[in-house]
Amino acid sequence: MTPQSAARGIDARLLELGDELRAEGVAIGTSELLDAFAALAVVDWTAREDFRGALAATLAKSPEDRRIFDLVYDRFFFRAVESAALREGVREWTGNDGGEAALADGPQIDLEELRAQIAQALADFDEARMRDLARLAVAALGRHESSGSGILGVDVQRIRRALGLRSEAQLGAGDPRREGLPRAALLRFEEMLRRELERAQIERTETLTPARPLGELDRALPSGPAADLVAVHRVVAALRRRLASQGGELRGRRRHDHIDIRRTMRASLQTGGVPIVIRQRPRRPRRPELYVLCDVSTSVTSASVFFLSVLHALHDSFRRMRSFVFIERVSEVTDVFARERSFKAVSDAISRDAGVADVSGYTDYGRVWSEFRALVEDDLDPRATVIVLGDARTNGRDPRPAEFAALASRARRMLWLNPEPRLYWNYGDSVIAAYAPFCEVFECWTTRQLEDFVKSLTSAAPA
Amino acid sequence: MSVNALPESVDELADGLRAADYLPGASAALVAYLALRLGKPVLVEGPAGVGKTELAKALATYLGRELIRLQCYEGLDEAKALYEWNYRKQLLRIQAEADGAGWNEVQDDIFGREFLLARPLLSAISATEPVVLLIDEIDKTDQEFEAMLLELLSDFQVTIPELGRIAASSQPVVVLTSNNSRELTEALKRRCLYLWLDYPSLEHELEIVRLHAPELHETVAAKLVEIVGMVRELDLKKPPSIAESIDWARALLLLGADEINEETFAQTMSVIVKHRTDLEIVAARVGLALAPAAQ
Repeated sequence: MTPQSAARGIDARLLELGDELRAEGVAIGTSELLDAFAALAVVDWTAREDFRGALAATLAKSPEDRRIFDLVYDRFFFRAVESAALREGVREWTGNDGGEAALADGPQIDLEELRAQIAQALADFDEARMRDLARLAVAALGRHESSGSGILGVDVQRIRRALGLRSEAQLGAGDPRREGLPRAALLRFEEMLRRELERAQIERTETLTPARPLGELDRALPSGPAADLVAVHRVVAALRRRLASQGGELRGRRRHDHIDIRRTMRASLQTGGVPIVIRQRPRRPRRPELYVLCDVSTSVTSASVFFLSVLHALHDSFRRMRSFVFIERVSEVTDVFARERSFKAVSDAISRDAGVADVSGYTDYGRVWSEFRALVEDDLDPRATVIVLGDARTNGRDPRPAEFAALASRARRMLWLNPEPRLYWNYGDSVIAAYAPFCEVFECWTTRQLEDFVKSLTSAAPA
Repeated sequence: MSVNALPESVDELADGLRAADYLPGASAALVAYLALRLGKPVLVEGPAGVGKTELAKALATYLGRELIRLQCYEGLDEAKALYEWNYRKQLLRIQAEADGAGWNEVQDDIFGREFLLARPLLSAISATEPVVLLIDEIDKTDQEFEAMLLELLSDFQVTIPELGRIAASSQPVVVLTSNNSRELTEALKRRCLYLWLDYPSLEHELEIVRLHAPELHETVAAKLVEIVGMVRELDLKKPPSIAESIDWARALLLLGADEINEETFAQTMSVIVKHRTDLEIVAARVGLALAPAAQ
């Protein structure tokens, strides 16, 4: 260690970690850092998990923050170690100090044996052995073509294929791979491979690649067709839990103002027991009646189906809810959600039966407003809330804002969720500005924005 | 009740909690240890029924301290949580002194400790022996209540306008639990250590079930835990909690079941799944996957 970095020591390192976490949006104050130092004073630093746990308990105080913390922590300490190694000129692959280098150069590693061992370690989810075997695998396979492809993701997949690791069932009785490997273990192993490859690359090039900030993607709504359904479900479950109490609160209170006897009595103390000031319980907020219109054209499909399933998961919070999907035409899908519970089934059913695409398959907002008006004109309650989810991209067709305005005048509240970042609004064929005067427009492309929106829907009294 | 000193290491605390019939995960033991050593409150979050409340109870048992519990609910305010003036007694006092005594004397008198009704929070900090204070389901209260807690949590003191400051005579161990049904304020989180408890791993849950239903045959217990894990994977209104796994284990014991097959599952699944639509889903997805009853 250079004298300078020795003097700065671990304290400075922790402050740097705090800075990186802040940069990723975790709220860390001085008091959190002080707590972290205090916590580290009482745990054993040699126990990896305790060290990490102590930091996590004091720095990351919500499930989302914890997820970011895990990612940043790994990245930070990996980079800290590697940059120190670079400075000191520590190398692992020099070949003359035995160990793995000898393994790589000496007798060929028996690939079949290595495969079986890795499969076994994965089946047992033995982290320490997985880490060792990842090093070995990189030594055996990662450096055959002297530098690999140079792209980590590609190399990881190449090694994985070479090792024959798959999560599906395979043949060969007695082989631990037969049952198919646990997915979680496989992912973890890939992560380790990636790390080892990165380490080797840093050694070769003797430079650290700049830290990659966690993509907003890690937190964004699923937007591609390949979006992980598990992640979707997790978000829905979290939202439902979080809003459950709100729904209960809305149902629990009485309609009329009630006098709060106890608080009135207490207030009366100031006037010698004569109740002069009457205290009342707060009024209960209204449960809105909802009409939801979702654009399901290819540009926004997954965001909208996801959004619909969130709303349906929360239908307890609303008095009544009807949902519609549209591309060129509009069609009601309330029943689909009542019948199907899985996100995938809903999404399939909508694309199969809804019949919303006519000829071109491009969104026609103007026509949708007219049809929707004809469909619900008589039903539309003056207290109803209408929510539109769409990117307002008309593909050059007439947006017919007058129709939209007529709808808006019938409903109590008109909301528009745009799954595109605000930056892209009104560029190209996006005509959100034409509708904006008649509704409240929200930007909604991360789970947090969605959550804020749902919260405001169930709690805030409409303006 | 024997009073234990603070533990010297994480392992010691983990063993102590185990002796109190609570099997802590690695992070639970670590954070509880930090809380004891640093004297900071712990905020425990996680889905319902993963043992958040039990952790506080086990800590109280282990430390040999009294557990004071404040169950939060919507509308809870300081008069029910912290302190209240006993106004009936105050009125009586005023009437008794009505003639003769001067204004100042009466005023001084009626705002004395004699007229103070201590609610859970106040009694926790004014107890002579240190206690464990459990503030359960803090997410059910409103933000005003959280703000009121701040003084207590950071300085272990309470300010009563008429009386002045009451500092803690002993420092309680404070555990707050939350089902994460709403975001707590930053200010509250800042004063606490954070512990996220999730559903346990299969092995861990198996241990827990074995601890609470030791007579159940091991293979049945293992199967049970596996099924509960499968049920949790489904998209249910209310996934089964650990407490429900234990209940199910006990139910199977009572029925004398020596294996879990389609039939026993159908009979007893209402122990772990408590919603009509959930029951249908579970019956369809899990029930059919089980072997039919032996002939």
